[in-house]
Amino acid sequence: MKLVKKIDRVILAEFGSPKELLKAAEKMRQEGYKEFDCHSPFHIHGMDAAMGLKRSPLGYIVFAFATMGLLGALGLQYWTSAVDYPLVISGKPFFSGPAFVPVVFALTILTAAITAVVGMIAINRLPRLRHPLFSSDRFGKFSDGSFFISVESSDKKYNEAHTAGFLKTIGGQNIEILKDE
Amino acid sequence: MADLAQTATKALKEPAHHERLITGEPSFEQVTNAVSRVVESKTPKAWWVLFGISSSATLLLLVAIAYLFWEGIGIWGLNVPVAWGLAIVNLVFWIGIGHAGTLISAVLFLLRQRWRTSINRFAEAMTIFAVICALIFPAIHVGRIWVVYYIFPIPNQMGVWPNFRSPLLWDVFAFGTYFTVSLLFWYVGLIPDLATLRERATNRIKKIVYGVLSLGWYGGNKQWKHYEMAYLILAAIATPLVLSVHSIVSMDFAVSLLPGWHTTIFPPYFVAGAIFSGFAMVMTLAILARAAFGLKDIFNMRVLERMNLIMLVTGSMVGYAYAMEFFIAWYSGNEYEMFAFVNRAFGPYAWAYWIMISCNVIVPQFFWSKKLRTNIAFMFIASILINVGMWFERFVIVVTLSRDYLPSAWGYYTPTFWDIAILIGSFGLFFSLFLLFLRFLPMVAMSEVKGVLPQADPHFAGNKQAHSQAVS
Repeated sequence: MKLVKKIDRVILAEFGSPKELLKAAEKMRQEGYKEFDCHSPFHIHGMDAAMGLKRSPLGYIVFAFATMGLLGALGLQYWTSAVDYPLVISGKPFFSGPAFVPVVFALTILTAAITAVVGMIAINRLPRLRHPLFSSDRFGKFSDGSFFISVESSDKKYNEAHTAGFLKTIGGQNIEILKDE
Repeated sequence: MADLAQTATKALKEPAHHERLITGEPSFEQVTNAVSRVVESKTPKAWWVLFGISSSATLLLLVAIAYLFWEGIGIWGLNVPVAWGLAIVNLVFWIGIGHAGTLISAVLFLLRQRWRTSINRFAEAMTIFAVICALIFPAIHVGRIWVVYYIFPIPNQMGVWPNFRSPLLWDVFAFGTYFTVSLLFWYVGLIPDLATLRERATNRIKKIVYGVLSLGWYGGNKQWKHYEMAYLILAAIATPLVLSVHSIVSMDFAVSLLPGWHTTIFPPYFVAGAIFSGFAMVMTLAILARAAFGLKDIFNMRVLERMNLIMLVTGSMVGYAYAMEFFIAWYSGNEYEMFAFVNRAFGPYAWAYWIMISCNVIVPQFFWSKKLRTNIAFMFIASILINVGMWFERFVIVVTLSRDYLPSAWGYYTPTFWDIAILIGSFGLFFSLFLLFLRFLPMVAMSEVKGVLPQADPHFAGNKQAHSQAVS
């Protein structure tokens, strides 16, 4: 997998409502398209299933890093307080388990949060400041109140005339073919 | 009282999608316009006036801090026996304010309280600015500011590591984590809305700034899938923070051996107080913003009323904690413990104690009345009084120090001009940051508000049939 996926051409079609978009996504999946995406101003309930997407793996990634954060915090406190420079403070043991809990807790949360955000950005291959979609005049309304389906030229079933025609039959309007400028 | 129970049961019974969360039935585009307009229109004169006042106060903060660094903490009213003064009062006050934002963004998200979409962005911004104000105090009160890095576990010239058994060091990690997580949560929520502003931007500078900040978001469902997961994870891990951060703050006091401080009730009591004061601050700001920017359909009465109910609940918890502290002091049979509490209520700081009781215990009880908790003027005044009361709660706790075991060492703590200057200055910084936020970022989470509109449901089939059709 390349870090930045090159996207040459994209077919864009507009739909009227979340309902139409959801139905169209189901038809796209049934037709065998894989490299298509549904653009909406908010996450539409049930869209992941309609597009046939798997559950995001982010949870496992966060769990792995949070575990490392936990062990790291424990190791940091153990090494600094009991190994590198042990000091007797109020007669407490060098490794004061209960007193180390707050810092372990805080650092576990911290690593989990950073992983969740950095992971989400990385999986989505953001930041991406260049995309054929951005050359469309209509597409800007995706974050306002419009709904779109885009099909990338990397899809095995991609055929400009045929795909555009299919999008039209499932209710797509204002069909555009966009190139990376 | 009957109508309160009714509201509560109704809220519990109603499935989320049957509720009209945003009044006025706006379209998706109307939501975008109503919120973006605030950022895009010409800066109103009133904004400049308010910003002038608050930035002047911020200047006072900078002057006071500069003088503090030059002269040392002797300029404050601290002395033995009151070795902790306004710096820690303000720290606890500001950190507490932040908690409402985290509760709204994390806990209410997990509980699927979708009415929170109107206020979450706003409240999260408040959290971040309140935590910034809070963090100033532990940083500046260290005395020798040039070695402030001793509080971090980084190798220093002494070769000694920080003492991980100290609650003050727990604070460093608790606050650092709290600030970072709040900032990340807020930013993730902002990404889709920044993309909206990017697409609407009319000049080049705005296009570039919003473009870079929105990371090239294009609202694809393949993005939304990971985005929603990240948001859910953040909500799940921020939820324990709502409870832990103020618990750790309370341990600064509770882990000591002083009468009046060394109690196990402190963590839950601090958390309840934090949420209480935070909601009061969100209320103050929301009432001002809805009046100033005409967002009455988004910050509607349903949302405000629910916030008042939360204040009633947490305010009652705080009142209960005050009573329980007294009871346990008597029940312990420990004369020092008993003295500490009688001294709080009837000693030299009785004035502060009774301000605290009237603002925190009595004021929220008026919210039992439906008439009063839906009255804008009343809730505005109540929210300010609650914040005054919560500031005095921390003051009362700290000045317990003034009379300890040895009567010959008793003293009376009075804040100096510079103590007060820093307090006023921190309010200036808070409001300056908040005004900048209102001016440059969308104060309502547009993408989330659109998501709770009835027509956002893919099973929506027009206004009339919506209810019968919304089945799956």
